[in-house]
Amino acid sequence: MNERMLLKAAPWIFTIGFFLVWEAVCIALGVSSYVLPRPSAVAQALWDYRSQLAFHSAHTLWMTTAGFILAVLFGLVMGMALGASRLVHAGTYPLLVGFNAIPKVAVVPILVIWFGVGWLPAVLTAFLISFFPIVVNVATGLATIEPEVEDVMRALGASKLDIILKVGVPRSLPYFFGSLKVAITLAYVGSVIAEYNASNFGIGNLMARASADFNVPLLFAALIALGVLGVVLYALTAHVEARTTRWAQRSQFAAG
Amino acid sequence: MSLAEKTAPASGPAPVFVSLDGVTHAYGTSGGIPAVEGLTLAIRKGEFAAVVGPSGCGKSTLMKLATGLQFPRGGTISVAGEVVRRPVKIAGMAFQAPTLLPWRTILDNLMLPLEIVEPHRSRLRTNKAEYVERAEALLEQVGLRGMSGKFPWELSGGMQQRASLCRALIHEPDLLMLDEPFGALDAFTREELWCVIRDLHARRSVTVVLVTHDLREAAFLADRVFCMSARPGRVIAEAEIGLARPRDLEVTYTPEFADIVHELRGHIVTARSAS
Ligand SMILES: Nc1ncnc2c1ncn2[C@@H]1O[C@H](COP(=O)(O)OP(=O)(O)OP(=O)(O)O)[C@@H](O)[C@H]1O
Ligand SMILES: [Mg+2]
Repeated sequence: MNERMLLKAAPWIFTIGFFLVWEAVCIALGVSSYVLPRPSAVAQALWDYRSQLAFHSAHTLWMTTAGFILAVLFGLVMGMALGASRLVHAGTYPLLVGFNAIPKVAVVPILVIWFGVGWLPAVLTAFLISFFPIVVNVATGLATIEPEVEDVMRALGASKLDIILKVGVPRSLPYFFGSLKVAITLAYVGSVIAEYNASNFGIGNLMARASADFNVPLLFAALIALGVLGVVLYALTAHVEARTTRWAQRSQFAAG
Repeated sequence: MSLAEKTAPASGPAPVFVSLDGVTHAYGTSGGIPAVEGLTLAIRKGEFAAVVGPSGCGKSTLMKLATGLQFPRGGTISVAGEVVRRPVKIAGMAFQAPTLLPWRTILDNLMLPLEIVEPHRSRLRTNKAEYVERAEALLEQVGLRGMSGKFPWELSGGMQQRASLCRALIHEPDLLMLDEPFGALDAFTREELWCVIRDLHARRSVTVVLVTHDLREAAFLADRVFCMSARPGRVIAEAEIGLARPRDLEVTYTPEFADIVHELRGHIVTARSAS
């Protein structure tokens, strides 16, 4: 087997190996399925609860996507404002950092008080947890325009808006898409947290109920579903990034 | 032919195009010592001026002041008969680094000034073909034929620098500001680009200000060379280069040329030792 094929096969080999070791350890040590179910038991649970898992996964996916889209819109606007105006940057940055430092689990109860149990807290939590990296990255892309490029533009009579549209925005695209990979994963964490605490649907809610029933295999099956969904979302945004900003990977442009 | 063009309107000296009069400028962060002080110089329309001086003496500052990218603490600056109060809008600039936009092809990089400067800005959409033709013609003049579809990273440093010169020229500016544009290139490429710039200047009535560390470059290209003192910079000597145009690279090996370079060198040595 040559090296390229090995590289392609590596993720599968390692993933399957991981589950095999897990299974072996459980059998060898005789671990109770209430503590750590064997992968075969989890697979069984995945099959048994497949319709429930699919339904709740779809719900979570929907919440995540909605929150993520909000985060992208808000992040773009806010990031551009921060990158374009030093005044806005100086004024709002401490507030943003402070807000970002708050664990979002702590915000869920407030959202529930405001909006009740349902889909809105999940979407909002996903949004709140994921907009920050987008803001920071877009702002960085805009604020770090090379002074000489700016000089060239200004000597031509370019307005501030011209410079932002023709240089700032394309320049910050790699930063933006780079941040999407982080943001989508965070959004996902956000919606699951909110579902766990305050929803009647979603993988988070399914887990809360499984945990109350001591249905440990289902709990683990839900975890696997979460993991798979996360990988898929990450891969999607990574793919979009690679497609849209090829120039940044070819030139020695440093994206954050 | 360019010689004939140059001498034809010599009924009197051409009017002054760029003038700095007693200009003083200090950057906010540099602890009080001005970057330039009492800087006075005048460049005539169509003239090729070179500015030489020790590192950090304020040459780049001079370029920024003349184009309205910085405003002086004192003194007056005027370009094309108008006092400079904002970026001048008629200048093309090129720097030591090519500063091409990596997400645009060479052709699209060249189009950038046209997307900004009037009247091209409003004509660009409807007259795209005409402008593309102009860009291709310019690329051919600097030896970049067939490169218009490439991205900057696919070109060598010297080729990028040529493209950057084209970008500075595409909108046919009245004023071309070159800040050490050949500094990062090897000797052969540099001499090749000297000839490119020489020919471009001969073909159009553009006023050129060239900042350089290379005295041979200044002597070969310029009509007049300004030598600046160490910081705070001012003009300490002005040398008229009498070499006939068009100049051939061979001229740089004549004793006459060597004398000019030697004289310029003398001024720089004085400037450096005075600091
Ligand atoms: N943006 C800035 N902020 C503060 N000080 C600056 C700035 N730009 C230049 N200076 C200072 O002004 C002085 C003149 O700088 P300038 O860049 O004009 O020099 P220069 O003659 O172009 O030098 P070089 O030949 O090395 O390019 C320098 O001493 C520098 O420290
Ligand atoms: Mg300089």
